[in-house]
Amino acid sequence: MAYTLTRRGLLASAAAVPLALAAPRVSAQARMRLVIIGGGFGGASAARFARDAFPDVEVTLIERARTFTTCPYGNLVLGGMRKIEDITFTYDGLARRGVRVVHDEAVAVDASAKTVRLRNGGPVSYDRLIMSPGIDLRWGAIDGYTEDAAERMPHGWAPYVQPITVLERQLRAMPDGGVFVMAIPDNPFRCPPGPYERISMVAHYFKQAKPRAKILALDAKNGFSKQPLFQEAWEELYPGMIEWRGASNDGRVVRVNPTAMTVHTEFGDTVKADVANVIPPQMAGRIARDAGLANQTGWCPVKPQTFESALVPGIHVIGDASIAAPMPKSGFVASTHAKQAVAAAVALHRGETPANPVYFNTCYSHVGTDYGISIVGVYRAEGDRFIEVPNSGGISPRNATMSRERKEEQRRLEAHYADGWYEALTRQMFGLG
Amino acid sequence: MLSTLLRGCCIAAAGGVMVLLSAGAPAHANDEVRIGLITGGCVGCHGGEGGGGHGIPNIAKTMTRAEFVATMKAFRENKNNPTVMNRIARGYTDEEFALMAIRWAKPE
Ligand SMILES: Cc1cc2nc3c(=O)[nH]c(=O)nc-3n(C[C@H](O)[C@H](O)[C@H](O)COP(=O)(O)OP(=O)(O)OC[C@H]3O[C@@H](n4cnc5c(N)ncnc54)[C@H](O)[C@@H]3O)c2cc1C
Ligand code: HEC
Repeated sequence: MAYTLTRRGLLASAAAVPLALAAPRVSAQARMRLVIIGGGFGGASAARFARDAFPDVEVTLIERARTFTTCPYGNLVLGGMRKIEDITFTYDGLARRGVRVVHDEAVAVDASAKTVRLRNGGPVSYDRLIMSPGIDLRWGAIDGYTEDAAERMPHGWAPYVQPITVLERQLRAMPDGGVFVMAIPDNPFRCPPGPYERISMVAHYFKQAKPRAKILALDAKNGFSKQPLFQEAWEELYPGMIEWRGASNDGRVVRVNPTAMTVHTEFGDTVKADVANVIPPQMAGRIARDAGLANQTGWCPVKPQTFESALVPGIHVIGDASIAAPMPKSGFVASTHAKQAVAAAVALHRGETPANPVYFNTCYSHVGTDYGISIVGVYRAEGDRFIEVPNSGGISPRNATMSRERKEEQRRLEAHYADGWYEALTRQMFGLG
Repeated sequence: MLSTLLRGCCIAAAGGVMVLLSAGAPAHANDEVRIGLITGGCVGCHGGEGGGGHGIPNIAKTMTRAEFVATMKAFRENKNNPTVMNRIARGYTDEEFALMAIRWAKPE
């Protein structure tokens, strides 16, 4: 069995097998052309998996940037635990494995001619297209929050729009005793636990460098991912530093004034910030919307078995851009969308029935030194819906359910394992191991 | 399907080379893809070769298939002090554990 051999062995031996046997309908002359737009968590994972699992398929990855900085661990840059270089990758590893990497921007898709138009290069033809363009920010959804405003009030939520270092510099320059204000959007948005990990990592930095600073989190929701775990940890690690205000407590930010450095809430509160981190509402990346893949929500409906668009045949939309609730918009789960979409795209191209999917997510969050927590979810397709497998997944155990020693061990181990998770996932995505 | 799959594996292991695609044609190729999909999340922590790191254990050929399946079942019951594998294992079926074992456990 291939999996008892090394990966190199799999590639070599699978390539040595006559392809006609495995896929009678596909001749060597007409290799299937799988084209992927976006080299992030979904797209890079798709390229890697396609290259490994289907040596007879031609894999092209279209990504506009030469390097990719991950959102995951960006909060650790704010916390002073990582440097930006530690979380930045190139596409060389994927190229070495035989992925055709095209650094260009996809500007239009012609779904009937099955071509992708690029900003600079010539058109790229596909048999099946996978899109994982991530998110765009809804400028103006919060009154006054424009691209210009984001210079003064950074979002730090999409590294290809604004590097996390913009917010990092502002935090470093903030005086002790200052107020860090966050505006957090309603669901759905990229990385449900992300804002709260950010609160934690900023608190971790303040505790050492600016012990009199305060954090005010203004939230458009009344609850959030891993809430009890985060709040217990904040009490424990950063007592008195963090105030979180939900929607029913006038937490929804509706307007910002970047000149005055104020944010304004739904019921009329005005808050002055020393540093303001405004995370606006989001939508699917532009290329997906322009290609007619999004509905009125701004996100892309898909078929749960295959991630093929419910609107345009032949195109699979994965990752944050897709509507895949109850799955969160996370990098890890995008990597499992990717594999299913690749396998389904190949099966459909060959006239076969795609395998039943199982999707899987784990999101670790760092809350402090040696303090990690996590959430797990396993999901399947049921008719036209995604469902979470009953009795599976869930959050790390609450403090009160464990002895003090076991609790410290659990949190310490999870912080450690989070580092293992990050390394394993990014090495996979970028073809490094 | 599982039985053809296991047979394919035995052939491959016995021969020491990957003959299963030519031995069994399309069904085997699909089984292999299916295993890749079912273990698609495992690699996000244990790595593509299952070697682990940063304290996440090595799961590559450390157990027999039976031991592997028993370990996964025990995780479902919270045995062996898991931090996360209990929550993961409860999401998968016994049949899927057997498929995972083909990728991760010692070849048989
Ligand atoms: C602060 C923060 C922390 C996070 N932490 C975690 C975490 O710990 N774990 C986790 O699992 N997830 C985490 N996430 C979520 C994770 O980053 C996203 O879910 C993930 O990036 C989604 O993958 P994607 O492929 O949809 O988009 P992305 O990873 O954003 O990739 C999109 C890519 O497409 C490219 N692109 C877009 N349009 C075009 C075009 N027209 N032509 C060419 N290229 C294009 C972009 O340049 C980009 O490289 C976090 C997010 C944030 C903001
Ligand atoms: C989120 C990270 C993560 C993912 C994803 C993950 N594991 Fe694990 N695995 C761990 C950790 C951490 C341990 C140690 C036990 C614990 O703390 O839960 C472990 C332990 C194990 C063990 C026991 C190893 C031993 O020698 O005791 C097996 C077997 C295993 N995992 C199999 C799998 C399989 C199969 C998958 C995919 C379905 C998987 N794991 C997915 C993190 C992960």
